[in-house]
Amino acid sequence: MATEAHGDETGGLEFHPLDQFIVKPLFGDGAVHWYTITNVTLWMALAVLAIAALFVFGSRGRALVPSRTQSIGEVLYGFTYKMVEDVAGKDAVKFFPYIMTLFMFILFANFLGLLPMSFATTSHIAVTGVLAIAVFLTVTIVGFVKNGAGFLGLFWVSSAPLPLRPVLAIIELISYFVRPVSHSIRLGGNIMAGHAVMKVFAGFAAIAAISPFAVLSITAIYGLEVLVAGVQAYVFAILTCVYLKDALHPSH
Amino acid sequence: MATETENATEAATNGDAVAASEVALGTPPEAEAAGMPQLAFETFGNQIFWLVVTLVIIHFVFTKVALPRIAGVLAERQGTITSDLAAAEELKQKAVDAEEAYKKALADARAEAGKIVADAKAEIQADLDVAQEKADAEIAAKTAESEKAIAEIRDGATESAKTVAKDTVKEILASMGFSADAKTVTAAVNTRMKG
Amino acid sequence: MEGDIAQLGQFIGAGLAGIGSGAAAIGVGHVAGNFLAGALRNPSAAGGQTATLFIGIAFAEALGIFSFLIALLLMFAV
Repeated sequence: MATEAHGDETGGLEFHPLDQFIVKPLFGDGAVHWYTITNVTLWMALAVLAIAALFVFGSRGRALVPSRTQSIGEVLYGFTYKMVEDVAGKDAVKFFPYIMTLFMFILFANFLGLLPMSFATTSHIAVTGVLAIAVFLTVTIVGFVKNGAGFLGLFWVSSAPLPLRPVLAIIELISYFVRPVSHSIRLGGNIMAGHAVMKVFAGFAAIAAISPFAVLSITAIYGLEVLVAGVQAYVFAILTCVYLKDALHPSH
Repeated sequence: MATETENATEAATNGDAVAASEVALGTPPEAEAAGMPQLAFETFGNQIFWLVVTLVIIHFVFTKVALPRIAGVLAERQGTITSDLAAAEELKQKAVDAEEAYKKALADARAEAGKIVADAKAEIQADLDVAQEKADAEIAAKTAESEKAIAEIRDGATESAKTVAKDTVKEILASMGFSADAKTVTAAVNTRMKG
Repeated sequence: MEGDIAQLGQFIGAGLAGIGSGAAAIGVGHVAGNFLAGALRNPSAAGGQTATLFIGIAFAEALGIFSFLIALLLMFAV
């Protein structure tokens, strides 16, 4: 990206692995206001287009014997539906569109972020933080609406010995409020780490002696990152399901 | 590592993103640190705004179009498969029924054939019996007739022999010069013929 | 040498925080290895537990990502 702007002073190795995450306006050089059309906008819009292409355009035939794109959409639908049903329970099915939205957005943003020269929206803590806080608020509100004060039973481990329960309650409470933090940083950190590592190895490729090794490493890490992109989206979705199960059935 | 290699281009591309980090480092303004773009808080509003827009659009697309359509297709397919299975089951039942009917027809035909054979056999036997009986009767009648004829012939022969004997005796007696009455001759012949 | 003692501390701290990533790698290896050991012992029950496997890996990995984040913060943000 902006690497040519750096390092004319030392001439040696220059790593700017985080430059790829800079949010900048698409048109002009002005400041980034909340409404500015930035590279974030571009890549999120591409994610929306990809999702629409797969799920709306792909299934336009409503064929009984599905075409390739339609069957991919059906597989993703069935996979997510089964995950919600199995992990969160039958009564969580009404949250299926919500989880499907999160899952597909993260999945497509992760994969689009892996394209060379692209911008990984899910590597930003602002994005994943909003996603995680949305899940956290949803779970908390659903828990209290469904179970009333009984939702607090989540923190009172009735199977533990009585003297231990207050201690466990504090631990459970802390772990409950750490959830959105770990939920968001897991996703953002994974994507950011993968992209930064690739950039570091790309910097090594400038040295002739180790450039074949660097290129091989980038290839291997790219494969790993493709796996991570899928797995992290899956983990985000399945943890959402697990939290939803806690909200719907708070008893331990 | 970024502190001594910064230049003006970096600062320009970053906009005011570097403001947060330069305070902590306490370095001169011309050597600003890049900082983490993830912690450039002034871009958060932008990201969050566009993220919310994106999520709302995706959610709208899913709930209004994509998910009901896919669910419909899946349900329709399930229904088709179920009804096809039912139809197949029905056809299979029909095949089983047809086979049963065929077997029954075969058994019936076999029984019929057996009956016809038995009937024919009985008829033939009856005809045979009648014919045999008739033949027997005829044979018996013929035998009786023959026996009668033989008896007649035998009787006739005895009578003829008697007559011949009487005549012969008479002739002999006459030629010998004897006269004998018929009664005596007859009695004598009869006595001899019996023996 | 230019730079100051604070920068030295940053870089050393970042390096130390990087150790945490290695520890997380050990943790992920433990989760996956034990899952595999159990799955080979009872393959029929393994299929239903892949979700649990991924949740376990995610929890183990998240802590490693935290330490990586600390390293990045020390390097670039402090």
